[in-house]
Amino acid sequence: MAEAQKMQVSDEVAIRISNMNKWYGTFHVLRDINMTVNRGERIVICGPSGSGKSTLIRCINRLEEHQQGQIVVDGTELTSDLKNIDKVRSEVGMVFQHFNLFPHLTILENCTLAPIWVRKVPKREAEATAMHFLEKVKIPEQAHKYPGQLSGGQQQRVAIARSLCMKPRIMLFDEPTSALDPEMIKEVLDTMIALAEEGMTMLCVTHEMGFAQAVANRVIFMDQGQIVEQNEPKEFFNNPKSDRTKLFLSQILGH
Amino acid sequence: MSDTHAETAFIRTEMLGPQLPPVTERGVVKWLRENLFAGWTNTALTLVALFVVFWLVQLALPWWLNGVWNATSLGECRTIAGPEGGACWAVIKARWHQYIFGFYPQDMYWRPIVAFGLMFVALAPVLYYGLRSGARLVGVVAVLTVVSLAALDHDIGHVVLAAVVMAGLFALAWVAPKRLVYVTLLYPFLAFWLLWGGSIWKPVATLAGFGVMVLVYRLIQPRLGVVMGTATGFITACLYWLFVQGSVTAALAGVPPELVPVNSDQFGGFLLAFVIGVTAISCSLPIGILLALGRRSDMLLIKTLSVGFIEFIRGVPLITMLFTASLLLQYFLPPRTNFDLILRVVILVTLFAAAYIAEVIRGGLAALPRGQYEAADALGLDYWQAQRLIIMPQALKISIPGIVSTFIGLFKDTTLVSFVGLLDPLRGVTQIVRADINWKGIYWEPYIFVGVIFFLICFGMSRYSMYLEQKLKTDHR
Ligand SMILES: Nc1ncnc2c1ncn2[C@@H]1O[C@H](COP(=O)(O)OP(=O)(O)OP(=O)(O)O)[C@@H](O)[C@H]1O
Ligand SMILES: [Mg+2]
Repeated sequence: MAEAQKMQVSDEVAIRISNMNKWYGTFHVLRDINMTVNRGERIVICGPSGSGKSTLIRCINRLEEHQQGQIVVDGTELTSDLKNIDKVRSEVGMVFQHFNLFPHLTILENCTLAPIWVRKVPKREAEATAMHFLEKVKIPEQAHKYPGQLSGGQQQRVAIARSLCMKPRIMLFDEPTSALDPEMIKEVLDTMIALAEEGMTMLCVTHEMGFAQAVANRVIFMDQGQIVEQNEPKEFFNNPKSDRTKLFLSQILGH
Repeated sequence: MSDTHAETAFIRTEMLGPQLPPVTERGVVKWLRENLFAGWTNTALTLVALFVVFWLVQLALPWWLNGVWNATSLGECRTIAGPEGGACWAVIKARWHQYIFGFYPQDMYWRPIVAFGLMFVALAPVLYYGLRSGARLVGVVAVLTVVSLAALDHDIGHVVLAAVVMAGLFALAWVAPKRLVYVTLLYPFLAFWLLWGGSIWKPVATLAGFGVMVLVYRLIQPRLGVVMGTATGFITACLYWLFVQGSVTAALAGVPPELVPVNSDQFGGFLLAFVIGVTAISCSLPIGILLALGRRSDMLLIKTLSVGFIEFIRGVPLITMLFTASLLLQYFLPPRTNFDLILRVVILVTLFAAAYIAEVIRGGLAALPRGQYEAADALGLDYWQAQRLIIMPQALKISIPGIVSTFIGLFKDTTLVSFVGLLDPLRGVTQIVRADINWKGIYWEPYIFVGVIFFLICFGMSRYSMYLEQKLKTDHR
């Protein structure tokens, strides 16, 4: 399994972040971030609350603006140029903690909206694609319901399908399971694992260490806006180097 | 020991079936007990309320029952009603047309009637987009229009013409409900021509301004983008309306078809209330949306302008604006533009309502979670797409009660135009009626009549908003 996963990772760089700094007002939230993500890599980001994990991945599709350094996604540098931002956003899918489905649209409409308006795909084709991905996340029968009629786990799978309908090359997940009940966490994680096995480039903020061990190529530990440690999952969990990491791991694995 | 054991361990051997609740918890008895006779105070209040209602009805009923419908003057009414008194509805019977049409020439009543009927046809796609209910509405309105024309107009040609047009529109609404939108778009120009008359080329030339706007947009947009395209299109159209349209209209003057012109000062009654109310309602919503967006904009200039405008308008009473506006608007517009009084009032009422609508919609916008914007951004939708497809549908839905309240208020505020000398139904027309020697001294009846009509219209709007809220309810909370 580990061998097979490594083989999917190419040398091609998907995301490169160099010397990136970000401030909220005067609060230095991200400090000197350097990281490279290759195509096909699955990266799990973890760290204590407020350490800047969400902010980091939100910078990658410019939901947040960085003030210093460089972020290059798929060869496009993120600057204030709107064209570049649009280009990056159409390449990068994002799944949120609270799903953020559009409550006034049906599941199917949620999935076809962006392809139709952003990618200018004909409606028929967009619907076929949407049904394909809804089948993939195992809820095609809910296509004509509204988000409010679905369980949390189902909503999150719809959110994943909605992102996939844009045929992204990179997927960002911001704590996709932390608003869910335990029995729903598994169905979402299964969907994400299936996605990982197809070779999707994934950046995932999560505290599901089982998931990290099963699919990640690399685990990044953040604290106080900095990358403190990164390593392969096995090494990271069994043999953490920094004291901060050890403390953090003992806290989340302790119970 | 064994006792406690027997209590904690319990196994049900037989499952209980459901039973009806006791009599006092069912049906009418339960309802009465909970709503009218729960406790001593509640019972006492119920009895007092019943007594008051009975007393009021007993006081007013004879007056209503004794109403006189056929008389030529108030004095005659009094004689017929006798000593116990009674309502004199004869005044309504004699003067209703003034309440509806003001001093609009009697032989041209068919024009406002057709315009009124067409208004509902134009509304159908807005109220029931793409639904058969729209066609049903058109059908009912078509019949009512033809019937009232037949009753009020002595020219059979008009009746037949209206019947044919209405039948055609009904067929359109039935076969292709979405096509009816074109009628909606053309309606303002058509209604203007029907109501004010004159050469048809005047509204057509105005309409051409929008053509100019679209044309310029099409030319500019591929090269300079959406914003520049919209801006230049808008400015060109404004220049056209200000400087070119006049000569176009003048050149085409006298070319048929033409209707007898009717002056603004002949408008009055509910016709006037509708002209002002409907125009202001339909224009204030889009302006209000833009103002609300402007107020939340990141661009300082746009934000300041929006906030300034909204706060200014909300801080000044409508009547003050109606008074001063005639002066101010004359200053800002090019000299010698002879600005119609109704148009001036419509512009002001529109701006006034727009400021309120903007605040109502801002509330709706603020109620949306930030995640909705973020999801739209993350999917790559641009600002206007996100607003149109994600944000506005939800914000407007939340704001429906507030928007409709504003509209209802606006419609009732149209009666304030009596202060600038227009003949509103409540004060304007009633004063004229009461100045008549025959009806001098009449008091309640005209106000009740006007009040009932206003109530029906506003109640209708309110019910429609409730229907709309139900229909759009998709959150299943
Ligand atoms: N819009 C904002 N304005 C100011 N400060 C912010 C803003 N968003 C986040 N912060 C601060 O930035 C820091 C990092 O926030 P971030 O949401 O990235 O943390 P996180 O690692 O995702 O935490 P969690 O695990 O709780 O989600 C926090 O201290 C937070 O208070
Ligand atoms: Mg977070």
